[in-house]
Amino acid sequence: MLPLFYIFGAVAILAALGVILQETPVYSALSLIVVLCSLAVVYLLLGAEFLAVIQVIVYAGAIMVLFVLVIMLLNARRETTSDRSRMARWLGAPLLVAFFGQFAYAVWKHFSGWEAVHTPATGPQKIGEVLFRSYALPFELTSILILVAILGAVVLAKKEI
Amino acid sequence: MGTSSEPVVLTLIVLAKVVVVLVVLLTCIAYAVWLERKVVARIQSRWGPTLVGPFGLLQPLADGLKFLFKEEIRPREVDRFVYHLAPFVAFTMAFASIAVIPFGESITIAGHKIVFQITDLNVGLLFVLAVTSLGVYGIVLAGWSSNSKFPLFGGLRSSAQMISYEISLGLALVAVVLIAGSLSLREIVEQQRGLWNIFRQPLGFLLYFTAAIAETNRTPFDLPEAESELVGGFHTEYSSFKFAMFFMAEYANMVTVSCLATLMFFGGWLGPVFGPPALQALLPVVWFSLKIFCFLFVYIWIRGTLPRFRYDQLMSFGWKVLLPVALVNVLATSLVLAWRAS
Repeated sequence: MLPLFYIFGAVAILAALGVILQETPVYSALSLIVVLCSLAVVYLLLGAEFLAVIQVIVYAGAIMVLFVLVIMLLNARRETTSDRSRMARWLGAPLLVAFFGQFAYAVWKHFSGWEAVHTPATGPQKIGEVLFRSYALPFELTSILILVAILGAVVLAKKEI
Repeated sequence: MGTSSEPVVLTLIVLAKVVVVLVVLLTCIAYAVWLERKVVARIQSRWGPTLVGPFGLLQPLADGLKFLFKEEIRPREVDRFVYHLAPFVAFTMAFASIAVIPFGESITIAGHKIVFQITDLNVGLLFVLAVTSLGVYGIVLAGWSSNSKFPLFGGLRSSAQMISYEISLGLALVAVVLIAGSLSLREIVEQQRGLWNIFRQPLGFLLYFTAAIAETNRTPFDLPEAESELVGGFHTEYSSFKFAMFFMAEYANMVTVSCLATLMFFGGWLGPVFGPPALQALLPVVWFSLKIFCFLFVYIWIRGTLPRFRYDQLMSFGWKVLLPVALVNVLATSLVLAWRAS
């Protein structure tokens, strides 16, 4: 299991780099799909089958299809690179290293004693019970929030309703 | 059987299952194409393929060889990487969903219990939906990367259509899941032992099958590849075996949809079982195959009978008819279940 975790972890990181480094928007979107799918495999390795499949259905199968659709509709070709400012060129790399150093230090300090917990496989039934009993109110509120967002999008997009 | 050889034997069994299922699926696809040509020909008072082999039965083989030996033409301005990737995505995703489809119960050979299914996931149904939802990328990317307007139209239409009908498809299946109380395909079938779900969910079945025909881009919902207006749709710029891969993916998707319809609504492999043990183990597989055949036939029958929708009709039908009815169906099912439980 552990080698698989490293393989898919590496794939996820490489693809995530691809998302920012690719110059064609469709390639960035494709890299993001690879990130989402390799994360789904990591969930699968942790025994969370339901979460893994939902990750693929919702993110890779629905949201990213819309992304790709919009990119295709706008017919976005290669990005034009802006003239990089001199400050960004000199300070960018050191600041990035400093940020990641700090981040790695914080993670190492906080989680170094922790062990990966293998919970018994949580099926859809357990997740459903938690979602609709303990967290029923936040769940319903989130759905209302999404509904509001949908209505807002319709109002913005349509001139007369 | 020694315990040390056990993992090896188990791995071999799984490998054998994968090979057998893939070979059967490929043969099934080849003959689905033959069946389609024959049935549509008869509907239109023609003969269909008759020359290669008896009743034209070797026609699929000849077609396959022809695809292999044709020159592959790649237009100059395509996006190379995505252009080559797209048919593989469509093909792989169409074939991956067969991994969780159960074909029958189990058979015991030399002390090993062999289940007629490659692997049993407790979220098998969701796995099939996830894989088919990824299949749309094959079509979308093919349309985009060809760098030509007709494939692009086909790709755009197909993604819009698949997103719209996926929701109704999912909701139609939710009603069945509510009744079964499980997402495992095996358990859903076992639970239909008394009464097939088609009698509990007739509306759900109609919704599922309508949405599924749209999902697989078949007539009357085959706008992504409408020959009369888009030349050939998303696969216009593909030739040789890459075109064949799209072709096979479409038929594999039809088989998957038929499998799911059989499992969710028509009791899967359930049917009268009799005779000696070997026959008892194999009969369920026969029932399952027969049901699949019926669905494939209905698919072809519908293609031969109904004209194509107009694009705006397709969209308004999906969102204004299919989706509300599917929602009401889920609501009614859960109300009945809650009333019975109390």
